[in-house]
Amino acid sequence: MHPLFKRGRFSLYLLAWVPLVVTSIYSLATRGTLSWWKASVIVVPVFLFYAVLCVFAWYPCRATPLDRVSFIRLLLTHLTAAVFFSFVWTRASDAYAYAILSPQELVGLTRQFLPQVNAIFTVGVLLYLLSVAFHYVLIAMEDSRQAEARAAEARVLARDAELKALKAQINPHFLFNSLNSISALTSIDASRARDMCVLLGEFLRLTLGLGQKTVVRFSEELDLLQKYLTIEKIRFGERLRTQETIQEETKACLLPPLLLQPLMENAIRHGIASLPEGGEVRLTAERQNGRLEILVENSWDPDAPPRRSSGLGLKNVQQRLEARYGKEALLRIMAEGELFQVSLSIPIESEDRV
Amino acid sequence: MNASSKKRWRALIVDDEELARHIIRELLQPHSEIEVAAECANGFEAVKACAEHKPDLIFLDVQMPKLTGFDVLELIGEGVSVVFVTAYDQYAMRAFEVHAVDYLLKPIGKQRFEEALERAKSRLGEKMPSAQKLADSARPPQQFLERVVVKEGTRVTLIPITKLDYVEAQDDYVALASQGKKHLKQQTIASLEACLDPNCFVRIHRSYIVNLERVARIEPYGKDSRLAILSDGARLPVSRTGYARLQTLLDERK
Repeated sequence: MHPLFKRGRFSLYLLAWVPLVVTSIYSLATRGTLSWWKASVIVVPVFLFYAVLCVFAWYPCRATPLDRVSFIRLLLTHLTAAVFFSFVWTRASDAYAYAILSPQELVGLTRQFLPQVNAIFTVGVLLYLLSVAFHYVLIAMEDSRQAEARAAEARVLARDAELKALKAQINPHFLFNSLNSISALTSIDASRARDMCVLLGEFLRLTLGLGQKTVVRFSEELDLLQKYLTIEKIRFGERLRTQETIQEETKACLLPPLLLQPLMENAIRHGIASLPEGGEVRLTAERQNGRLEILVENSWDPDAPPRRSSGLGLKNVQQRLEARYGKEALLRIMAEGELFQVSLSIPIESEDRV
Repeated sequence: MNASSKKRWRALIVDDEELARHIIRELLQPHSEIEVAAECANGFEAVKACAEHKPDLIFLDVQMPKLTGFDVLELIGEGVSVVFVTAYDQYAMRAFEVHAVDYLLKPIGKQRFEEALERAKSRLGEKMPSAQKLADSARPPQQFLERVVVKEGTRVTLIPITKLDYVEAQDDYVALASQGKKHLKQQTIASLEACLDPNCFVRIHRSYIVNLERVARIEPYGKDSRLAILSDGARLPVSRTGYARLQTLLDERK
């Protein structure tokens, strides 16, 4: 849509023509043979017509964006258009004058203006070029407004994605249960309660920080995992036992953030939490044939009542792996008897190679 | 002083997390009229402790290993005032609202706890809403029963739905056939049918629901009816409408 027809701009545009119209009426009425009334009847429609005609300058302006076409082409386009518009305007005005005025008035007018025909044509050209300049300004304004809107939209989208990742990451169950544990500890062991507050704060801060990066070192993922496990061990007590076998070479590997903790959370929520006596979660990470292989194993109760939102964390991991690696990443979930396994295999990217 | 304020109340605290039980114990401390009869770390213990201590009041966590809070409620029967405890379970919370059951959210606040306690005491002796209805409305939409909990005497059996062969109505009870054994449960066949995945279980007769996986073949029997022969050899009557239902389901599967 033409930007001039938005937000009352058109009336402002017409207002800009008023001084020109008034001057013309004045010169016609005082120096020529026409009455004030006749002068107005001639001048107002003639300029109104040109004002409307000049609005069409928008189309050639849009077809030749300032920053993308050569100067020659710009000049050619607008000069051609200017000559054409001015020609149409002077011809049409001529015809209009013939139709409106009496032969007598026409003779007077012709006598007055005949020497100036070329000048009027030039004015037409100049007015059109002025309108071109005006339209370029208008287009620039619209563009920057749109760019701003787009940027704002992009910001909202990015924030949305971040929040979604975070929401999937920090599961309300974990948060509320941890707060409940802290609440219990305040009267049993105040310093442990404080430790847990700090741990929870660090866990949230790390999650927020890692969530903003596109890749992180595996060692950073392990740090986050430690905080998480320490919190969960306070909650579950002796029911949660963990064992980690981490090959030193894996620590420098790069991977998308927040992949490891959901795997562990899945093992705890759907595995350990379903067993009255608890169980063990084993984490193994190693480099093999240019790939990072991560295995999370846990005991579970195959007949356990289904927990709400089961598998949501794993699904999220799967989606993010697919988005980044396509078919290069493998996430396998196996349940055999009372053993539950999730294995993750991704191509290695290490810092020295990136 | 009236008689009721002198009465001592017996309470059970059921939660799989030690720290969570501790909070409730602590919040109960100022209430000398309440005696904590037992603390239980899972549903089985809770059912056992209920039989043993006959508590008046139970603080019951919803999410526990093996048996959920709803299962426990179903197994302990009536006459006990139950206050549910949950961290974050929208469906369970909605079910509590709908059935006007008291519940506490973790972390548990003192004021909310006192309110719930007062209400629970005033409600003592009133009937709890049926555990089945509560559990049904706490189940997320489009999710069907995954296992059936049965209590026979003091024994609690969990039957995974995949191991359920067929169900037979017997007055107010249903007999659940699984792996060659039959388990009796007090429930109507219609209410059980409503909780089962209609793509796996078919009501083949006024008194029978069958697991589609177990049907080996259908044989004609008499003039208007048929027999379903299951893979373990069991023979179940199939009514005309039941046969029609069976056919549409089998057609869909092809």
